[in-house]
Amino acid sequence: MSAANMRDLLLKGGRVVDPSQGLDAVGDVLLRNGKIEACGGALGTPDGAEVMDCSGLVVSPGMIDVHVHLREPGREDVETIKTGAHSAAAGGFTGVCAMPNTKPVTDNQATVGFVKRQGEAAGYARVYPYGAISLGQKGETLAELGEMVGAGAVAFSDDGRPVESAHLMRTALEYARTFNVPVAEHCEDMSLARGGSMNEGVMSARLGLKGIPAEAEEIYVIRDILLAKRTGGHIHMCHLSTRGSVELVRWGKERGIHVTAEVCSHHISLTEDEVEGYNTNAKMNPPLRTQSDIDALQEGLADGTIDLLVTDHAPHHYDEKEREFADAPNGIVGLETALGVNCTWLLKTGVLTMTQLVNAMSCLPAKVFHLPGGTLSAGSLGDVTVFDPVREWTVNAADFKSKGRNTPYGGRKLFGQARATVVGGHVVYRAPS
Amino acid sequence: MSKKPTIVLDARAVDRTLRRMADQILELNDGTDRLIIVGILRRGVQLADRIVKIIETQEGVTVPRGALDITLYRDDLQTVGPRPVVGATHLPWTIDGQRVVIVDDVLYTGRTIRAALDELADFGRPARIALAVLIDRGGRELPIHADIVGKRIDVVEGQRVDVFVEDLDGKEGVFVADPAEPPSGDT
Amino acid sequence: MKGILGKDLLGLEQLTAEQINVVLDTATPLKEISLRQIKKVPTLRGMTIVNLFFEASTRTRISFEFAEKRLSADTVNVASTGSSVSKGETLVDTARNLEAMKIDMVVIRHPASGAAQFLAERIESNVINAGDGMHEHPTQGLLDLLTLRDRFGDLKGRRICIVGDVLHSRVARSNIWGLTKLGAEVAVCGPRSLLPNAIEEMGVKVFQRIEEAIEWAEALNILRLQLERMEAGYIPSQREYNRVFGVTRERLERAPRELLILHPGPMNRGVEIDSDVADGPHSVILDQVTNGVAIRMAVLYLLSGGRPEQAIVAKAGVV
Repeated sequence: MSAANMRDLLLKGGRVVDPSQGLDAVGDVLLRNGKIEACGGALGTPDGAEVMDCSGLVVSPGMIDVHVHLREPGREDVETIKTGAHSAAAGGFTGVCAMPNTKPVTDNQATVGFVKRQGEAAGYARVYPYGAISLGQKGETLAELGEMVGAGAVAFSDDGRPVESAHLMRTALEYARTFNVPVAEHCEDMSLARGGSMNEGVMSARLGLKGIPAEAEEIYVIRDILLAKRTGGHIHMCHLSTRGSVELVRWGKERGIHVTAEVCSHHISLTEDEVEGYNTNAKMNPPLRTQSDIDALQEGLADGTIDLLVTDHAPHHYDEKEREFADAPNGIVGLETALGVNCTWLLKTGVLTMTQLVNAMSCLPAKVFHLPGGTLSAGSLGDVTVFDPVREWTVNAADFKSKGRNTPYGGRKLFGQARATVVGGHVVYRAPS
Repeated sequence: MSKKPTIVLDARAVDRTLRRMADQILELNDGTDRLIIVGILRRGVQLADRIVKIIETQEGVTVPRGALDITLYRDDLQTVGPRPVVGATHLPWTIDGQRVVIVDDVLYTGRTIRAALDELADFGRPARIALAVLIDRGGRELPIHADIVGKRIDVVEGQRVDVFVEDLDGKEGVFVADPAEPPSGDT
Repeated sequence: MKGILGKDLLGLEQLTAEQINVVLDTATPLKEISLRQIKKVPTLRGMTIVNLFFEASTRTRISFEFAEKRLSADTVNVASTGSSVSKGETLVDTARNLEAMKIDMVVIRHPASGAAQFLAERIESNVINAGDGMHEHPTQGLLDLLTLRDRFGDLKGRRICIVGDVLHSRVARSNIWGLTKLGAEVAVCGPRSLLPNAIEEMGVKVFQRIEEAIEWAEALNILRLQLERMEAGYIPSQREYNRVFGVTRERLERAPRELLILHPGPMNRGVEIDSDVADGPHSVILDQVTNGVAIRMAVLYLLSGGRPEQAIVAKAGVV
């Protein structure tokens, strides 16, 4: 994406919401040469500039989803970096962090570099690679974290699995301090969770499915908080799903421990009731839980205990999901429904203010993961999300840019939709009218 | 618009007819030796009970009485829609070599009797099977014939013949009714 | 124009008390057929029924086979082990292949909960759940209800306790649904590690000790204890299980009333149930087996209730 010879882009008359500048007012944003030239107030229209009418829409720093699975290398049949980045742009995201549980695992600088280049070639949302914590994600030997950072990795995780050895997690947290990158944990005690396919509760008792108790997550949450305390490292909790986990992270933050946390859109909107009828599009790990958990997660977002909103976008092939429940793989897609779900369940309900929502989807992801962007201040990256926070639309999986169709929101009405996505000054997505 | 059902036999007439039928059965059978009376659920069973009682009073012998539910042998099960309720079949002793008289209330198409014959064949091999019906309304669709008939009547197609027995309906009588009418009737 | 049970029998959770009673009322007169010399009625003549068993099971399969043959249906047995993944042919493909061969009904037993519903949603044939994972075993539940009803008459207010590994038991779940719908009071008794955490929310009392359960109940439905449970660490040993939870003659003698004893089989004599109890005067275990065939005949009869299109075709005079 060359910055030279680019037309200026004027985003005119939208509600500009930029928590990093304490801004929430109607105004214009001007982009030049791939960067933010000016922001706020009524800016004039420079000669030759492209003008996008944003009246009635919100203009925010580009949204970043730090937890997605792009499946490439290895499973290009279900998603490629290109289709995933396109899906992200269609959802309003200007950047995503791609998890390393690919085939082969992204545990070395060559694969990290490959993912980065594929993202750049795709030309949609920016793709920041995660590197694996351990070789092959086997949980035995530390991978070459330094080399991976050099090739472009922004964080480390063995997501898909937990790091079962506390010693290895401790080492990773200590070693990662050298590079000042977060270590992200998929919190799941396998001895409690093994064989489980949904939340342990009355629903699993009725359906005759082995359940995964909340404690399987919480045990690792507190373990890793204590290890972060010991090492001074930065632990980031992936996809929290229980009330207990929120309480533990709050405990950690109160003591000044460097812990951050994320929550998925589906975990703040859907309960285990979605599994009724053995619906495999409601099967993911960690599973959907109860209304009480949803309430705690929403409170956690509102009071800042949980920093970020993510999707854990996990496409699967139709045939793989078209199976007996216990055998179906875990995961649902989320990039193209996230904004709608978040606006419907958090903004419309008043759980979060607009500033808080934009913060959780844009500013904080950039801040926590040390990524460029997350702000509309002059001179920063020309990444902008333009969205309509109240527009009503019905989810139709067949329209997705992602190859994955596995969504539990199919046929549902959502309020809130991306209307345009700008990356490096280029409009990489424009919603059909 | 509603026509009152036409009475064919009142309670007294039913009684007289059953007595005559019982006599005819004894005549046909030459007494009560090896005689088994089998009623077809449901009203055939009540009528069979009455006949057995009449024979008991007359001859001092209690003839064995069986009950046959033919639901599972119907030839229209695949097309009748929701499953009809199945009643209890009960045949005393073996029927091999016995003389069975089937008793039913109304003989019409003959399909019920055809089913009854198939069912009896699954239980054994009687020496003979005879058929006694209270009402023969014609309209046969199969070559089935009653040996003993209480009363023959002519019925317009679409009309219904309702038989009421004391034990089940609290009254007795035989009526012809139009299809629209609910089964009721005054004696 | 569906029958009273609809297209499939997947479980007792979705049935009404009325539907359950129709099955029990239909099964009762059907018992007599198994007592005849010629144990056959022509009712399902010409129908093809496939017994699709993905889990080894002799007794349930044989019971279904008897039921099918006594109704004059043609039976085909397909046995397979393991999930779609290990077999290499998905359940969907298996189902579609069968359907292409123009079959009328499928009886399926499968190790995955929800497998029967999965199949029923994808094929037009009637589907009968003969046990799906830990979810339900509706014909077992129904035959247990019939056995209890034959002895007790009305089940309203009757106290029935299910004893054993309820957590992993589809028989227990079907029984809980069926009994509560017919108004019985249901309890479970077993080691807490083998009871679902949320079991009370299913409308059921919990007894921690077998003595308390025996004191309270009018009938016990005793579940088989599987070897795998010891191996997976849920309870220490079979011997301990028998000591603490076994239904023995001594325990029954101390009961305030005479309890009916049920067991879905096969029994681990000396583990969950002692031989003198299994063979004793209050055991109705063999009645359960007899009732099993009648119940399955009733279910086949009620589900096969005339396909609507055939009715329309017949009425139009086209054969």
